[in-house]
Amino acid sequence: MDTTVTTEMAEENVWGGGNRPLGASYGKLMMWFFLVSDALTFSGFLAAYGFSRFKFIETWPIADEVFTHVPFFHGNYPMIYVAFMTFILIMSSVTMVLAVDAGHKMKQNAVIWYMFLTIIGGAIFVGSQAWEWATFIKGDHGAVETKGGRILQFLDVETGERVALADFAKTIPDVRVEHDEPEGLWFESESFLPSFSMNEVEEGLMANPNIVIRTEAILQEGEMEGHKTVLTREQSLEKIKEGVEVVEGANLVHNEYGSRLFADFFFFITGFHGFHVFSGVMINIIIFFNVVLGTYERRGHYEMVEKVGLYWHFVDLVWVFVFTFFYLV
Amino acid sequence: MAHEHKLAIFRGTLNFKNNVQKIWGVLIFLTVVTAIEVTLGITKPRILTHSYILGMKALNWIFIILTLVKAYYIAWDFMHLRDEKSSLRRAVVWTPIFLVAYLIFILLFEADYIYNVYKDGFITWDF
Repeated sequence: MDTTVTTEMAEENVWGGGNRPLGASYGKLMMWFFLVSDALTFSGFLAAYGFSRFKFIETWPIADEVFTHVPFFHGNYPMIYVAFMTFILIMSSVTMVLAVDAGHKMKQNAVIWYMFLTIIGGAIFVGSQAWEWATFIKGDHGAVETKGGRILQFLDVETGERVALADFAKTIPDVRVEHDEPEGLWFESESFLPSFSMNEVEEGLMANPNIVIRTEAILQEGEMEGHKTVLTREQSLEKIKEGVEVVEGANLVHNEYGSRLFADFFFFITGFHGFHVFSGVMINIIIFFNVVLGTYERRGHYEMVEKVGLYWHFVDLVWVFVFTFFYLV
Repeated sequence: MAHEHKLAIFRGTLNFKNNVQKIWGVLIFLTVVTAIEVTLGITKPRILTHSYILGMKALNWIFIILTLVKAYYIAWDFMHLRDEKSSLRRAVVWTPIFLVAYLIFILLFEADYIYNVYKDGFITWDF
């Protein structure tokens, strides 16, 4: 039995278009064209990420310290959730390839079930990514940004654990409140005001002798090589004077986890990949209904399932690279 | 036109009886590789993070090689490139590899140069 579907209807002569040197149908070749060009797009993004990272190699955020959350569980679980997402995507790739295999054998019901499971897997992945984004945007500990755009984070000197701003910042009654729409003469409101002012954080740092500052710089030698630099108490009190702004969470302009470019690339690359997964789910749903309606049964072959399968595996393939270069390396 | 599925992986050391079995076999292999990656990523063994091969941490080399291994099996068995003609396989695989290798080479070299400018070039960035 043929392992790849043939759509050719009549044998034609070589120069009449009947010759197929690559042994694949027009539709499949076009899908491969698209995938190769899309692969180059993603490579461009990841290479640009590598460029920025090599540029700031000594201050780049450590992914293990950024992505530490798992839904419904409190605590510090680096990588676990991303590993789960990776597994979900590989799993949905497997159900997809099983759907293609069932299609070759013209088993309509098996194709329906495997397509259904693939769609569920894709939906779980997109949902997980949305949650990951929300967590990243919300932030966890908060930090201070200096005039030069560097990030200062806070540690407990005894435990070595990160400390949230809320745990030590002083509450100083302040006239500055978030500007709401009803307060404005014109319909104006400001987008965001951090929960603490710079002044409150500074006072809090001075009042708590066990809080020190951690800077972005990664130690290049010594016992703590590969970790971020922790300042002494004296250095911390000196360093905080450089702070100009309180940062909570991450967006395209500020990033409490470190370099802003890290957040920018995170949103851009995982966003673009998430968009691919979303499109994949949509296309899978269309194909799913076609299978249910028996379109391919009447057509006599399931090549459409195979083509959408190629796209789906490609999305998985890209994730394998994003996972490595964003979360592991 | 393609004929039967090629059912052997690992250069013929592992043979499967049918295509479905091969798919599950590849899944198990990919899961094991991912589990190794995640474990190494969490534990970060000191031997691997403190030794350098060609200017990069040994751990990072392991991650990149394992990623390429995973990519190979996804493309060869899930996207069934293994069953396609070698001309299609080469056109699909070598085009991006060639272009991307060049892009990475040139961008990372340039980035390293900029890093040195920031480091030694009287530019203040930490203030």
